[in-house]
Amino acid sequence: MPRYGMAIDLRTCMGCAACVVACKVENRVDEDAFRCRVTQRSRGEFPNVQLEILSERCNQCSDAPCVWNCPTGASHHAGGGVVLVDESRCTGCKACLAACPYDARFINSRGVAEKCTFCLHRVKEGLEPACVSTCPSRAMIFGDLDDPSSQLARTLGVRRHRALKPEAGTKPNLFYLE
Amino acid sequence: MMPMDVDIAGRNAETFPALHVWGWEIAAYLFLGGLAAGLLILSGWMHRREAPEKLSPALAWLAPLLAPAVLSAGMLALFLDLENKWNVWRFYTAFRWSAPMSWGAWILALVYPASLLFAWAAWSESGPAGKRGVTGAPFPLRRLIAGLNIACGVALGVYTGILLGALGARPLWNSPLLGPLFLLSGLSAAAALLVLLEKDHEWRHRLARLDVRLIAAEAAVLALFFLALLTGGQAQRAAAELFFGGPYTAVFWTAVVFSGMALPVWLERLEKKGRVAHSAVAPALVLFGGLALRAVLVFAGQTSSWEVLL
Repeated sequence: MPRYGMAIDLRTCMGCAACVVACKVENRVDEDAFRCRVTQRSRGEFPNVQLEILSERCNQCSDAPCVWNCPTGASHHAGGGVVLVDESRCTGCKACLAACPYDARFINSRGVAEKCTFCLHRVKEGLEPACVSTCPSRAMIFGDLDDPSSQLARTLGVRRHRALKPEAGTKPNLFYLE
Repeated sequence: MMPMDVDIAGRNAETFPALHVWGWEIAAYLFLGGLAAGLLILSGWMHRREAPEKLSPALAWLAPLLAPAVLSAGMLALFLDLENKWNVWRFYTAFRWSAPMSWGAWILALVYPASLLFAWAAWSESGPAGKRGVTGAPFPLRRLIAGLNIACGVALGVYTGILLGALGARPLWNSPLLGPLFLLSGLSAAAALLVLLEKDHEWRHRLARLDVRLIAAEAAVLALFFLALLTGGQAQRAAAELFFGGPYTAVFWTAVVFSGMALPVWLERLEKKGRVAHSAVAPALVLFGGLALRAVLVFAGQTSSWEVLL
């Protein structure tokens, strides 16, 4: 069983938001909602100011608080360690939204929790997630973290990288190459 | 280099309403659930302590009758909060030990029939003489039914705090002290409601004095709650600062602390000394404060985040 993960190269990502558009089209996401987004943070004090642009989505945490806070078992770990929502079980109670340190989830127009699925439907057909395959600067790498020969594992082996909010203790599987 | 400002585009409910989590419904449920829990505990405790003829009407049958009614209103608010209402039955086809909300759903399934049984038994024992179903005789298994309802009340009252307390993603909520805090607040709200309804002078004073003690205990737990946050890490301190200079400072100190706790305690003292006549103001303020506490914590909690560490 693979363990899917993703790495985004902060040196080549230019914040164009093509990933956001590709995701919306591929997954037919509601008009006012996004599974994937580009955020900016500025920090520092003039003249030493830094602007960081991050393409964010569900971190597909291995220790996912959305899964263990779900009262009905709708949120679950599917194949490859990807966190999915079983719509037939979701009551729309929003415990998972409250539990997610990354604010990666929202309630869609059908009244159920929705989030990034790493485009598991595409991955099963041997394709890459929509955001990865569309990225014009090839800043995104998708693959199996447990396969040492995968481009993802090899890149993470040599490049300095970090996850978001590791202090939340959820073992995220989305990494940013610095 | 210290971060001077952190601006984030597109990740909060203000930018994207789709990221909104909980609204007034959850605040209302936490208050009504706590109030029902308080009614069950106070009445159950009195039934175990005193013989039927020594009880006040408010404690003897009004509180047990009100508890399931208040709980029903709270459960209606919970139901209104569900975005996919057709799937509400899914709560009862699974038990997820790791999910506080699953515990909450099953606790409700236990509390509701237990409180109905208590209401029926208490009515038959102490309801107004001559009314339908009133026998005037002590109900069978009196101590057991009262004890069961105390246990149910404690589980319900503590649960409302654990629901928020178990969410590690929100540093403001992530405290085990929310359980006892909401339990004490529910007990004090229940005592206040009974003061409003009690006609017997002596009992009204006893309940009002009890309420003052409960508010004092609640204030102590609230102080510990903030102490834990203020001595915690950066995210915890940022969460506490929502109430110490942050956007929730004014509403918290005026509505919860001043109007809901300090003012009613002061009024009760004046009343005890005979300086003011008894009025509905003090207990009504306690009830308002209980609702304000839940609302402020529910809304403020959703804005607290680990984001400050970036």
